[in-house]
Amino acid sequence: MASTAHPAKRKGEPGAVPALDPALRAALVQYLLRLGDDRLVLGHRLSEWCGHAPILEEDIALANIALDLIGEATLFLRLAGETEGAGRDEDALAYLREAIDYRNVLLVELPRGDFAVTIVRHFLFGVAAYYQLEGLTRSTHPALAGIAAKALKETRYHVRHAGEWLLKLGDGTAESHGRAQAALDDLWRYTGEMFLTDAVDEILVGAGLVPDLAPLEAPWRAQVTDVVRRATLRVPESGYMQRGGRVGRHTEHLGHLLAEMQILQRSNPGATW
Amino acid sequence: MPDDAAAQREFEARIAAGETVEPKDWMPERYRKQLIRMMSQHAHSEIVGMLPEGNWITRAPTLRRKMGLLAKVQDEAGHGLYIYCGAETLGVSRAELIDQLLTGKAKYASIFNYPTLTWADIGAIGWFVDGAAIVNQTMLAKASYGPYARAMIRICKEENFHKRQGYEIMATLAAGTPAQKRMAQDAVDRWWWPSLMMFGPSDKDSPNSAELTRWGVKRKSNDELRQRFVNLTVAQARAIDLTLPDPALRYDEATKDWHFGPIDWAEFDRVIHGDGPLNRERLAARNEAHASGAWVREAAAAYAAKRAAESGGSAAAA
Ligand SMILES: [Fe+2]
Ligand SMILES: [Fe+2]
Repeated sequence: MASTAHPAKRKGEPGAVPALDPALRAALVQYLLRLGDDRLVLGHRLSEWCGHAPILEEDIALANIALDLIGEATLFLRLAGETEGAGRDEDALAYLREAIDYRNVLLVELPRGDFAVTIVRHFLFGVAAYYQLEGLTRSTHPALAGIAAKALKETRYHVRHAGEWLLKLGDGTAESHGRAQAALDDLWRYTGEMFLTDAVDEILVGAGLVPDLAPLEAPWRAQVTDVVRRATLRVPESGYMQRGGRVGRHTEHLGHLLAEMQILQRSNPGATW
Repeated sequence: MPDDAAAQREFEARIAAGETVEPKDWMPERYRKQLIRMMSQHAHSEIVGMLPEGNWITRAPTLRRKMGLLAKVQDEAGHGLYIYCGAETLGVSRAELIDQLLTGKAKYASIFNYPTLTWADIGAIGWFVDGAAIVNQTMLAKASYGPYARAMIRICKEENFHKRQGYEIMATLAAGTPAQKRMAQDAVDRWWWPSLMMFGPSDKDSPNSAELTRWGVKRKSNDELRQRFVNLTVAQARAIDLTLPDPALRYDEATKDWHFGPIDWAEFDRVIHGDGPLNRERLAARNEAHASGAWVREAAAAYAAKRAAESGGSAAAA
């Protein structure tokens, strides 16, 4: 797995939360929303399978992965709220933000599709998440590093699950091969966004809080290519890469997802559940 | 055959002595059939039961509730899987049993043919339906067939957790805004009577009861279990200020039981014979999931066959 260069950890008691200046704090909130929203939206999509999976074992496995992701989202969003310091907890962030305030990549909000779409998406996302989290375990921000370490363990299992299914689908029947290739071809244009960096990354990378995402694309591509080939599938040509999720420019799908997810909080303002 | 008669006498003596029957033991064909029927109905109920609750996973009101519900529905899938495996020890395959469910030949708990209309239904199901299941399964944990009894012991622990979670949802709603309280009471009104029906008809009208009791599969009558459930639940409802929809409910000092009003068995019969609110939708949803997953199962089988052929080939070469 990739190792990313980090500035040396700053001195101080281990476990101390770094004091952040306002610019750094604002960037960190954005970054934590990106991490949390990716997982919340993808976990929500996976949870749609519960009761409808191709075999009972997958009802259980997909629910398990969805639970991991929503659990990770809870931790990242809680830390985002604490860092922001405006009194918003994880539920306020999940249930009371509009689509234009969500910061997930477009890949995770696309409809769940058939089982091939779900598996291919999860594999493409999971490998990228693995490298990003691995870098985050070395963050100079102890709370962030701690959540990343927990999520990294879970992500290792998610990637294995999706990778094993990708082999079965790619090298199974003609139909499953066709569906897996179609899913890869459809989703490929959403993968570039996972490695895009902007001013938020720049300031945080500089402070040693997060890894640079750009150098993670090469090991991601190597691992994806390896499994895709072993699955007797073809890595699609990289054309224009869709983008926008990180700044709130989403597909039409996210609004519907949020309308469903947020209905009770929106229709009962201030209620306790 | 004389051998069978002797074997049957010995079998019944073992049951009478409180011994457990294990898969390799001789058992009457009728015992085997009854257990397959019960266990598969039970497994089907876990699976179909995922649908009404699954209906609210994407709308759960907080992240904690979303995870709680998702974990519960996942547990139910695990229960189904575990009980199907238990039934397989009796010489049927999971595929056969699922086929019986999908073609409408096998039954499942009728209560899952009712709709979940509000979030409070998730509380009511945990409290009532899992609560009723616990009463029933605590008895089945002493069933004479070992694999079934052991499955019940393991499953009951999780059902207890589900019941607590459901009750806590209801308690929160009942103490909430007027709209939440109304939601909670409405769910109680709709789920109470179907929950009482879960224990099945009165024993005098239950065709299988006598035989199952003689064979130590059932240790208590349907009516006894139902009464136990009512006795437990009345106080719980009062504690959170919700009203069970039964004007005839009253405490009987002599028997220490909560006496309840007449159950509408015509409704029970109607739902069990296919005319409940959602019988068709539930079966259609299961069939749709099964049919649209066929290509995935075929792919997994084809992949496994290729790998087996490879390793078979290399073993032969070695
Ligand atoms: Fe269960
Ligand atoms: Fe349960």
